[in-house]
Amino acid sequence: MESVLGYIFSTEFIIAILRMSTPLILCSMGVLLVRNSGVVCIAFESMMLAAALGGVLGSAYSRSLLVGLLCGIALSVLFAMLFGFFVLVLKANNMLVSLALNTLGSGGTVFILFAFTGDRGSSTSIQSLQFPTVNIPVIQDIPILGNILSGHNILTYVALVSVPVVYLILMKSPLGLRIRAVGENKNAAESLGTSAMKTQFVALFIAGIFAGLAGMYMSMAYVSAFTQDMIAGRGFIAIAAQNLGGFMPIPTLIWSLVFGASNAIANAFQAINMPPEFLQMFPYFSTVLGLMLVGMSINQQEKKKAAEIEEKSKLADACEGNG
Amino acid sequence: MEQEYVLSMQNITKIYKDGFVANKNIDFSVRKGDIHGLVGENGAGKSTLMKVLFGQELPETGKIFFKGEEVNISSPLAALKLGIGMVHQHFMLVPSLTVAENMVFGMEPTKGGLFDFKEAVRLTEEVAQKYGLPIDPNMKIRDLYVGQKQRVEILKMLLRNVEVLILDEPTAVLTPQETQELFVQLVKLKEQGYTIIFISHKLGEIKQICDRLTVLRDGCSIQTVDVDSVTEQDISRMMVGRNAVNSLVKTPPKIGQVKLRVKRLNYFNGFGKHVLQNVSFQVRGGEILGIAGIEGNGQREISEMITGIDSIQSGEILVNGTCVKGKSVREIREMGVAHISEDRMTYGAAAEASIEQNLISDRFYKKQYQRGQILNKKVIQRTSRELIKSFTIKCDGGSAPVKTLSGGNIQKVVAAREFSQSPQVMVANQPTRGIDVGASELIREKLIALRDEGAAVLLISADMGELREVSDSLIVLCNGKIVAYFETVEGLSENELGEYMLGLKEQTPEEIGRCFQ
Repeated sequence: MESVLGYIFSTEFIIAILRMSTPLILCSMGVLLVRNSGVVCIAFESMMLAAALGGVLGSAYSRSLLVGLLCGIALSVLFAMLFGFFVLVLKANNMLVSLALNTLGSGGTVFILFAFTGDRGSSTSIQSLQFPTVNIPVIQDIPILGNILSGHNILTYVALVSVPVVYLILMKSPLGLRIRAVGENKNAAESLGTSAMKTQFVALFIAGIFAGLAGMYMSMAYVSAFTQDMIAGRGFIAIAAQNLGGFMPIPTLIWSLVFGASNAIANAFQAINMPPEFLQMFPYFSTVLGLMLVGMSINQQEKKKAAEIEEKSKLADACEGNG
Repeated sequence: MEQEYVLSMQNITKIYKDGFVANKNIDFSVRKGDIHGLVGENGAGKSTLMKVLFGQELPETGKIFFKGEEVNISSPLAALKLGIGMVHQHFMLVPSLTVAENMVFGMEPTKGGLFDFKEAVRLTEEVAQKYGLPIDPNMKIRDLYVGQKQRVEILKMLLRNVEVLILDEPTAVLTPQETQELFVQLVKLKEQGYTIIFISHKLGEIKQICDRLTVLRDGCSIQTVDVDSVTEQDISRMMVGRNAVNSLVKTPPKIGQVKLRVKRLNYFNGFGKHVLQNVSFQVRGGEILGIAGIEGNGQREISEMITGIDSIQSGEILVNGTCVKGKSVREIREMGVAHISEDRMTYGAAAEASIEQNLISDRFYKKQYQRGQILNKKVIQRTSRELIKSFTIKCDGGSAPVKTLSGGNIQKVVAAREFSQSPQVMVANQPTRGIDVGASELIREKLIALRDEGAAVLLISADMGELREVSDSLIVLCNGKIVAYFETVEGLSENELGEYMLGLKEQTPEEIGRCFQ
């Protein structure tokens, strides 16, 4: 137990949080753009999974990280566009389409993996390239701080930079204005000639890129190969994070870090012989807990407000009685 | 004298997907610099014709000429590019964005790739000043009054350099004072050379502001005339195809016991806004109490709390002396409360369900509608046949889905259900909004008949004519507070009512207190 506490107060723990949070931050930035455009999509799990495989195959066969990157993004964007085609163009139910895509992603990636490598479980037989870690000169030499700030995977830095970028896109750019307007009052946007469908497709496209980066982080940075269903619910946790973050970039970042931290804690407990099945439950349990706590606090606020009103009107009653 | 037509629509026919013919071979021409009235009853095809002009609907046949040239208007953007702009009845604004952001939406100024909010504010101020329509560009739309929102809509079009401005029933949501203000603005625009198409079914307004008018009826163009050459009676005859309808017959009320008591109701909405502030009133049996007020001043909250759709935060609502707090909608209905909701398609009727199903949706669980554990089809069909007949619902039988009916007939289905449960308390929220004259008359007559049977009727309406015609007494809501109470509506003018609705005048607490003893 002491070793776990010691770990929690160490720089390794902060590094672990960043490692665990990276895919959540990347994916949730995409989710929140889509959500702001008024589309509820829960197919991010499949987008991440497709990109995780696409990146591995692309880079392994071309021996070029860039080609791998493009393959991964192309696949996740393809899934995002499929979602858009079924939901926005054909007006199919968004939940059913998401469900279908997630199932397709899970089975389809195994099928393609088998077709290319002959293996079903993982891609260890082929040599995937990895995203490099970045050591920042000067900063890496600062004691403690250098360890925290420097030496992360390049995608971790991309994830952190993506937060202000998404903030700028959403709140300060014409595109963001359109995304928010379409999400809030589609008719208003259409009446001025802005196509709601086009705007939503653009949001889905950008989200596909983010989900792709998140997926490739899993197979080309977090671990070094693709394994079956390796996203393990992170696409859903990212959705929960942006939901709790009220669809805004900064709060969503914070919630992604919270879920990343719970992941890191779970790993830390592995050191003291807890059953691994119990620990694997931890991040998901913390997601449910987070959703519950936020829901309860909203309820609490409403009750408090109602109680205040009751008090006020009683006071008014009493005054009237005297007067 | 032949004046130039800036705009001419020829032989327009529009058939909707469900087979409804909204426009039949309509010809419609507008002279430059005119305020041209487009009048007709609800469902006459006015809005459809204008949607065709604004590129929101594509007609089956017909040509549109703009400034002498044939044009193809395939989208609102195409219309705007030509210089045709439209202010919709339901505002096309994004509530959480600022005035400036709404103004420049779709043509956003940028600086370094990012949205230039300062420039948006400057553009807004510039156009507001140019046309003398002041507005604060930094305000959020949701904090504006209805009249201001409309002003933003008009400015939005002017910013896009339109020459023809279509206003779809712009006065429907305004008080008389705001309406007059709008008219001053419109005349100013006219003087600057703008052409305005003014859709309305209020004849007085047409007479006051329009130069020419076109009457539509049942999707056909009846006539285009100079306003000066016709009287209101003439227009009315052209609109309905018969002489103006008789006004309602109403005997003096026989006031009975208090049936509905609302005491110190307070309500905060999700944004923390104090929507209802210490609202107290009572309705007695045999009385119709009207609630006047601009929409969004707490009317919906009152009706939803009485009927149990929303829960009571603070205060009391008593029906025949029993508190409704914590009771379910069904329990409240069993206490004798009926509800015609303002939101017909959400709370009034289920669009996909049949007329029969809608008619019994408040009573299907009762013994007489069941045989064993199964619904008794015969009884249900007989009941709905009777109701369809007595409420003159136009349909292909009770099994037709409600969504295939016209707005007026859907509202008749709702009314048939609500009136046939012989309620003690009737909460009618905007019962005749957006429906045809025939259905409106029927519902008003039923409300009065219900009152004569001794029920307490609460009539919430934005239609001042209806309130003065139907109610016995009247309260006015403004910003969630009761600002006036009139024991009788006799001698009450729309102007005076409007001043209370806008919050320009307020009665003393003692005067208001008379509605709650």
